[in-house]
Amino acid sequence: MFEGLNTKLGAIFDRLGRRGVISEGDITDALREARVALLEADVALSVVKDFTVKVKERALGQDVLRSVAPGQQVIKIAHDALLDMLGTTAEPLNINVAPPAVVLMLGLQGSGKTTTAAKVARFLQGTQRRKVLLASLDVRRPAAQEQLAVLAEHVGVASLPIVPGQDPLGITRRALQAARQEGFDVLILDTAGRLAVDEDLMAEAAAIRDLAQPHEKLLVLDAMTGQDALTTATHFHAKVGVTGLVLTRLDGDARGGAALSLRAVTGCPIKFLGTGEKVEALEVYHPDRLADRILGMGDVVSLVEKAAATVDKTEAEAMATKMFTGGFDLNDLAKQLRQVRKMGGLSSLLGFLPGVGKIKDQLKAANVDDRVIARQEAIILSMTLKERRDASLLGASRKRRIAKGAGVEVQDVNRLLKQFFEMEKTLRQVRRKMGPGGLAGLMGGGVSDDPDKVLARLKRGF
Amino acid sequence: MFFSSPPPAPASASAAAPEESPRASGGWLARLRSGLKRSSDTLSSGLKNVFARRTLDQAALEELEDLLIQADLGPKPAARLVKDLGATRLDKTVTDAEVRAILAESLASILAPCAKPLEIDPTKKPFVVLMVGVNGNGKTTTVGKLAHGYREQGLSVLLAAADTFRAAAVEQLVAWGERTGCPVVVGPPKGDAAAVAFRAYEQARAEGRDLLLVDTAGRLHTHDNLMQELAKIGRVLKKIDPEAPHATLLVLDATTGQNAHAQVETFKALTPISGLIVTKLDGSAKGGVLVALADRFGLPIVAVGVGEGVSDLRPFDATAFARALVGLEDDRQSKQELDMSCRGDEEPST
Ligand SMILES: Nc1nc2c(ncn2[C@@H]2O[C@H](COP(=O)(O)OP(=O)(O)OP(=O)(O)O)[C@@H](O)[C@H]2O)c(=O)[nH]1
Ligand SMILES: Nc1nc2c(ncn2[C@@H]2O[C@H](COP(=O)(O)OP(=O)(O)OP(=O)(O)O)[C@@H](O)[C@H]2O)c(=O)[nH]1
Ligand SMILES: [Mg+2]
Ligand SMILES: [Mg+2]
Repeated sequence: MFEGLNTKLGAIFDRLGRRGVISEGDITDALREARVALLEADVALSVVKDFTVKVKERALGQDVLRSVAPGQQVIKIAHDALLDMLGTTAEPLNINVAPPAVVLMLGLQGSGKTTTAAKVARFLQGTQRRKVLLASLDVRRPAAQEQLAVLAEHVGVASLPIVPGQDPLGITRRALQAARQEGFDVLILDTAGRLAVDEDLMAEAAAIRDLAQPHEKLLVLDAMTGQDALTTATHFHAKVGVTGLVLTRLDGDARGGAALSLRAVTGCPIKFLGTGEKVEALEVYHPDRLADRILGMGDVVSLVEKAAATVDKTEAEAMATKMFTGGFDLNDLAKQLRQVRKMGGLSSLLGFLPGVGKIKDQLKAANVDDRVIARQEAIILSMTLKERRDASLLGASRKRRIAKGAGVEVQDVNRLLKQFFEMEKTLRQVRRKMGPGGLAGLMGGGVSDDPDKVLARLKRGF
Repeated sequence: MFFSSPPPAPASASAAAPEESPRASGGWLARLRSGLKRSSDTLSSGLKNVFARRTLDQAALEELEDLLIQADLGPKPAARLVKDLGATRLDKTVTDAEVRAILAESLASILAPCAKPLEIDPTKKPFVVLMVGVNGNGKTTTVGKLAHGYREQGLSVLLAAADTFRAAAVEQLVAWGERTGCPVVVGPPKGDAAAVAFRAYEQARAEGRDLLLVDTAGRLHTHDNLMQELAKIGRVLKKIDPEAPHATLLVLDATTGQNAHAQVETFKALTPISGLIVTKLDGSAKGGVLVALADRFGLPIVAVGVGEGVSDLRPFDATAFARALVGLEDDRQSKQELDMSCRGDEEPST
């Protein structure tokens, strides 16, 4: 997600960052390009304007242009301005109340409310061990209530029995009663899609709110939404009140500018991202991490966290050293493949890293995908230690032997080697991006053992 | 043309579902106007503020560009349009109405070549229409609206529920079948979508139907496997007639911003697209990306959706759309023009 925008903004500010001297004109040019990139990503115009004005003001205000690394400073300013827009805190769903906590799903037609209701129910019941009741108040769209019932059954969550002919308020009353009587922790109310400018239906939504007194009012919005995200969010916020946002269809190639607009307009945190049609495709959202990602700086926090959760610290550290200082061999690759597999695959790993949008595509082209990782491991394990240390030893006959040992074709071995060299190249590129000495250089010589320090360093450095 | 037939008496199916939008009282022309009006409200009020008696200087042009951007035209097309405008008018004093008219004209001239209704070839029995697009943009609803319109015209219509994936998608189409009096061919849940389409095609042929409307599952253009599933539906239909599907309609949601480009591009690369249907134009979204799409792809825009009811489908009228986009539907004269241009559409086109 956000990749298009990420790559574009990254490139724009990268150019600025590499300069030793920059003028006011350079900043104006960069911001003009950034404006187009943001607008093409569907960030609302007023939000884009705020952003460019803020960055320009700050960049020209202090002694930025005369400082040692003016480009880097401007990037930091841009980064901070994005953070301002996105907010800095990740807020969980507010359901720690006297049960039942009521969650109201709201949004335009077809934005993904019903699907998201089921996903959130599954998340709360599975991960958070809450007893959840789903109820559909959608009496407008044909088979809408059936849709929620089917999904509820699929995720193993209770749903309110359908009573034909009952109106939304009637269903709400019944749902509240059922939730109280049957001891549910959370009641999720799915509503019919409605246009923000449809006075009657917005009034209906307000009436439902007054009756249900929801603790969360989640506005569900399609990530592909254009400038209308602003209008829609404003109306829903004004007429019903919104406490949190959900952005759906992030599995597509939308540049996701709506995320910036929504946050800026409603001041509400984005709480979840929908990343697919399946009920598992839900991510808890971290607003504070997005700015880095949008500016092409990588979601370093997520990376560090993910690493911490799946690999032990010393190993992770060793891996980082190898990756960022160079000199890793096939042996390391095998070790890494194993770790990478644990961390959700190489492509997901690289997505977190600064400025590697393009490189990621190259890797994709080179077919580094997670299914082949296990096979690659087997190939490497069929090599002698010497071969693993020096891939250039591998001639035709050795390859045949290895292929046989791993139960694969010679071309698989060749592919692995190609990828290995490809990866070496990639890491060289990453190192170059990070400046002389790689990560180590950034940290003043030694590899720090404290992820937070690494992080702080990275943030300052970029 | 089917969209122009008078609104029918509400069908008896599903009492709870809205047959017409609640605000739909004043007949379809009023609805079209109110739909388009909402689309242009922001733009319109903005324009009024900007252009009441002033010189068309650089600042004024920039504000105009902003307004077009807010209508989702996209930053580059907006800049180009405004530059063209400036080239002819810079530093002249113009009135509000003048600027709008000029702008509407240039927008309309881009859109006009694309305003083409769907031609149903009566020699194909049935004429097969495949409905495609990303998730939730209105495919199933539009199938229902089309079924209604063509049945009103006296065609015999069969529906195929080839969305076997989404929960209750089949039930949704079946409800539309009841509402419009058209039978629906369904398959087993999670079954093969292509098999349903194939069976429906065979049945429609056996029954001598005029039209087969195939509803497919929503799919993001970025998901290769789902796009391949769509290609398979096309291949299977071709087994019966190499020319089938005789039309593939790509549905676009008017709320979509610049991603519509990628959608059209990718779907078009997979399968020939006969035309676009733009839904949800009754909302606050302006659908301005259509201008850039028209310019870039030149695909016919066969109809627009302006509500959730059976008769909320309209022909695409480039002039009315363009004028409404710049807020010109307010004055009496343009109302008359809109009337005229719509009345012209009432003549059957086939
Ligand atoms: N690719 C993708 N599809 C999604 C996502 N969330 C929902 N969808 C799909 O979007 C379509 C519409 O979703 P619904 O949940 O029915 O939307 P809704 O807001 O309830 O729609 P209405 O009730 O008609 O207003 C369905 O095809 C869903 O499978 C997502 O994150 N990614
Ligand atoms: N206001 C308005 N709503 C519309 C229009 N067309 C469709 N809808 C609504 O949009 C929502 C989604 O419509 P569907 O027809 O289910 O969309 P779909 O493309 O079939 O969705 P999937 O099959 O899940 O991909 C429903 O709530 C429809 O009532 C329109 O022109 N205007
Ligand atoms: Mg729904
Ligand atoms: Mg559908």
